[in-house]
Amino acid sequence: MAARERDRSAGKIEVETFPDYQVIHQPNPLKRAVKRVVETDRDDPVARAEKALEGLSDEFDVWMRKECERLAAAHTAILQIGLNPTTQDELFRAAHDIKGDAATFGYPLAAAAADSLCRIMEHAPDFTSVPNELIAHHVNAVHAIVREHRKLGVASVAGELSKKLRGVADEYLTVVNKDRPEHLELILGPSIVPQGE
Amino acid sequence: MFGIDFNKLRFLVCDDNAHMRRILRTLLHSFGAREAYEAEDGATALEMYVHYVPDIMILDWSMPIFDGLELAQMIRQPDGTGNPYTPIIMLTGHSDKRRVMMARDAGVTEFLAKPISAKALYQRIVNVVVSPRPFIKTKSYFGPDRRRNTTTGYIGPERRAGGKAEIIQQAALLDKARSTS
Repeated sequence: MAARERDRSAGKIEVETFPDYQVIHQPNPLKRAVKRVVETDRDDPVARAEKALEGLSDEFDVWMRKECERLAAAHTAILQIGLNPTTQDELFRAAHDIKGDAATFGYPLAAAAADSLCRIMEHAPDFTSVPNELIAHHVNAVHAIVREHRKLGVASVAGELSKKLRGVADEYLTVVNKDRPEHLELILGPSIVPQGE
Repeated sequence: MFGIDFNKLRFLVCDDNAHMRRILRTLLHSFGAREAYEAEDGATALEMYVHYVPDIMILDWSMPIFDGLELAQMIRQPDGTGNPYTPIIMLTGHSDKRRVMMARDAGVTEFLAKPISAKALYQRIVNVVVSPRPFIKTKSYFGPDRRRNTTTGYIGPERRAGGKAEIIQQAALLDKARSTS
């Protein structure tokens, strides 16, 4: 063990070879970025970053509106041009970005509605057979949630709307995947990513 | 006690969403990083990875041309150009179990589900800097050890024995990269 540590600190890659695999211990080149700090050091990089993020928050409303416009444009393209790999991909990408970004921008309920749309697009065996209304309801819901965001009492309505959409989406996915039980298990299974970090 | 000197780390961020890139840039600079390069698609990121030799890559999954998963597979080639050991943090809106497993099996070092937080990103970076895992090379996998828990006996499927594990289509992906560059 001591010899291995010596090798690594000398910059050598150590390879343990087994019949079917190799374990490669490489020196840690990022060790140079580890520094000792004294206990009295009050520097808190996470707090600093949170403050910087707060400084950006003035722009979040504008960013959110832009994301919504992109979603609307992608949906309009499907309605006007029709469904093809490009229009489908753009709708998914727009919804997926809202799913990932909206909570950071202060619109977690819009993220939930976009997530529901992403699930339909990812898990419907044939997207061309997904009812147009189901897609339109999701797109409209995202818009409504963002548009009415500032109004008093809208959060509970938006929450109810997102919940309802997710219920309808899951019900639809359960029906269309009834012959794919393994797939269904994946769809309805919980995320394994730690939440609330 | 220890801390991270972000000033000594070079980052490459790849996300097709300009807003998310701005957020990542803000967070990294606030941590103290000076060198944070940005790419908006997988092909550009691959070029920048070879050119800038980043210490840490932060990849989005869903991107045009080729996605973050394909990019991770291209980087994790033991004989490829660049540093195949580069830590990869996958930052994505995908969080279902299947996707997490796919990312892990593509050689991703850390998985970070959106929405992003300063604390979670910082923690992932600390993990890859302070506690790098050894790399495993089998017929079908090259990447950080997927068995994080070393204190108890492993009881999952034996992927290391034989070639029954997932097949990574690296050659095809490389062709794709070349044809798009």
